[in-house]
Amino acid sequence: MMAVGLGHYLTVSAILLVLGIFGIFLNRKNIIIILMSIELILLAVNLNFVAFSAALNDMAGQVMAMLVLTVAAAEAAIGLAIVVIYFRNRGSIQVEDVNLMKG
Amino acid sequence: MITQILFYLFAVVLLGSAAAVVSARNPVHSVLFLILAFFNAAALFLIAGAEFLAMILVIVYVGAVAVLFLFVVMMLDVDFAELRSGFQRYLPVGATVGAVLLIELGLVLSGWTFATDSAHLRMSPAPVGMSNTEALGRILYTDYVFLFQIAGLILLVAMIGAIVLTLRRRKTSRHQIIRVQTERAVTETLEMIPAPLGAGVASMGGYRRPKVAEPEPVVAEEAEAEGHGHGHH
Repeated sequence: MMAVGLGHYLTVSAILLVLGIFGIFLNRKNIIIILMSIELILLAVNLNFVAFSAALNDMAGQVMAMLVLTVAAAEAAIGLAIVVIYFRNRGSIQVEDVNLMKG
Repeated sequence: MITQILFYLFAVVLLGSAAAVVSARNPVHSVLFLILAFFNAAALFLIAGAEFLAMILVIVYVGAVAVLFLFVVMMLDVDFAELRSGFQRYLPVGATVGAVLLIELGLVLSGWTFATDSAHLRMSPAPVGMSNTEALGRILYTDYVFLFQIAGLILLVAMIGAIVLTLRRRKTSRHQIIRVQTERAVTETLEMIPAPLGAGVASMGGYRRPKVAEPEPVVAEEAEAEGHGHGHH
């Protein structure tokens, strides 16, 4: 079992998730900070997975946390690639201007 | 006792650096605080007993993702002061949504309990007397092999996607034109020189002789016309 209670981990992870969502609202114009906030949210998810895995003595949670880690890395790579080509085309990263595909 | 103190230390630094990530004035500082947050999260993983995931977190997040962010922030010449112009305007709605979410999560945290038969619902109980890495390795390639393969597939798609998105064909770069290579004939490239006995090729002007024709410009134009149009802007 864990040396620290499960509730402590869940509290930390809940605050981390709220900070990530707060960051998305706060930096609506800066897509790089938005991507970092998404990383924080996924880190909170991972913290939850690991905490429950340790509390229940079940390895499945850590396997799921590895999957979340993979998805987070892939999302960061694709998101930053999109930012780079958008900057190359438009000369700025103003996400509020991204309505080219409005149809 | 020492573990609890360390837990609170790492948790406070984690939350503080996460708050600095979303509120720092300079995006480079944001990335550096993100790295600090990942290190502290890895320490929390270690306290929970997930050593392998902690090391993976340091390697993948700090070594790859955060450095990728740092590259992009420093590579793009963006006026970040202009991007922060709506900061004050978005603060109230962000704070409201965050507060509501935090209250809801607090309500969930205060009211939940484990199921009475949660010990029987475990999918893969951790074996006794085995290190975390060994236990993870035993189930990752057996019980969860499809999950493992899906993770690999996601990484493959991300890799191909990132390369295809950022690939740019420049006019100055020299590409391989396979049609020209396969259509080369011996007569174009090889020349038999009957050298006079005892005099050698030096008497005929040496090895370096003027080229007969220059077919390259035509080929280059054809290659441009052939397509790869997605790289041009």
